[in-house]
Amino acid sequence: MPETITTDAEILERMKAACKDTLKCMQCGVCSGSCPSGRHTALNIRRIVRKATRTTDILKDEQLWMCTTCYNCQERCPRDIDIVDVVFKLRAIAVHEGIMLPEHVKVSELLLEYGHAVPIDEDRRKQRAELGLDELPQTVHSHPNDLDEVKALLESCGFDRIRDNRNESVSGKETG
Amino acid sequence: MKGLSLFLGCVIPNRYPGIEMATKLCLAKMDIDCVELKGASCCPAPGLFRSFDKASWLALAARNIVLSEEMDRDILTICNGCFSTLADANSILKNDTILREQTNGHLAKTGREFKGNIDIRHIIEYLYTEMGPDEIRNHVERPLNIRVAVHYGCHLLKPSRERGLGSFERPEFFDELVECLGATSVNYPDKNECCGAGGGVRSALKEDSLKLAKHKLSRIKDAGIDCIVNACPFCHMQFDTGQEEIRQITGIEYNIPILHYTQLLGLALGFSPRMLGINLNVITDNQFIEKIENGQ
Ligand code: SF4
Ligand code: SF4
Repeated sequence: MPETITTDAEILERMKAACKDTLKCMQCGVCSGSCPSGRHTALNIRRIVRKATRTTDILKDEQLWMCTTCYNCQERCPRDIDIVDVVFKLRAIAVHEGIMLPEHVKVSELLLEYGHAVPIDEDRRKQRAELGLDELPQTVHSHPNDLDEVKALLESCGFDRIRDNRNESVSGKETG
Repeated sequence: MKGLSLFLGCVIPNRYPGIEMATKLCLAKMDIDCVELKGASCCPAPGLFRSFDKASWLALAARNIVLSEEMDRDILTICNGCFSTLADANSILKNDTILREQTNGHLAKTGREFKGNIDIRHIIEYLYTEMGPDEIRNHVERPLNIRVAVHYGCHLLKPSRERGLGSFERPEFFDELVECLGATSVNYPDKNECCGAGGGVRSALKEDSLKLAKHKLSRIKDAGIDCIVNACPFCHMQFDTGQEEIRQITGIEYNIPILHYTQLLGLALGFSPRMLGINLNVITDNQFIEKIENGQ
């Protein structure tokens, strides 16, 4: 769970332990050549793999969040590096250090409150009724005891602390 | 084989309820043994919560799986994201005793336990493996004489060593399921490329995410098709709502109707576009609906 004070060196140690797999990388570039996001955005996955055990800078780089987790790179990597796992691990380290995009903080708040990352809204309640469905789906939306269980689990895992660990400078655009 | 429980996730019930209705109508009409999974939460979304905190991601996924274990039913997903989370979490928890103990430690506080005795299915691979195109063809009441761009979506196929559905480079099973309804699956460049929504990209970096969608939409438009068919509400939203968002940013209008496979199947089984919620998309194309209703 979110450590209060961690030094750069400690974070780097964690990155090295989590991303050992990347040491097999021969920088061939098959990953970036296969990357649909890299075709259209700033993402350079080969560079992320290279930096994964070398510098904490990568944790603050927006590129880390441009990966759609499509798995193309991982499927084609000749060294069998689990590249998407590396992305997940680097992101988790970043999040635990309080580095998170504002929209992702909002989605986390929705999960904590409703048990859904995308909760129901008024228009969809009407649409559901018109279709002949229950106005609220048979998910946690209709079952408060289940929602309590979800909240208990998130608390048990310390997920709320991840959200509260956010640095205050993050400010909001609207989530979609 | 066990019966099924229907896992809804978030986007289908709360943004595109037509897909929920279509799924329920199709399952009932084809006599597939499937009940509603009550009290489930967000799967939780793989690109977001798996990225944020693995322990919470696993715990919530485990709880959803356990709800179905308690009914002794396999889970049926209709979303590539839910499939990705639940199938991966199920396999991690079945194989990694340490993570399983940790997760069960959290679950114990709710009086539940992950046992690891069910499977996670996706409606596309389920229909293909358990029924097959020939059997589905027998149910068709309204053959669809239309040209379809099939979009598999990433997490139905990958990681391929987990999914075990064969080649991710040139898959064919989804196309076969479309063609057995009378439709033609039209090939197009970059067919297996990502829609751009996953990994939390759509939620936080929408303009970047829409660049990927725009690329696919323009490839598909060039191929001359009547609609796009997907297997995932998040791809569905990216292509449907995304078309309007792209229009606002670039002025380009594609006007391509977007259907989840269960909606296409529903049309072929004889349900009306309105019953299947096809009119509830952001992009509504009356020509397409007329074409279906007038039997082309
Ligand atoms: S494909 Fe694999 S080996 Fe090649 S650069 Fe990418 S991560 Fe390294
Ligand atoms: S998983 Fe991410 S980095 Fe790899 S090819 Fe897909 S978008 Fe690019």
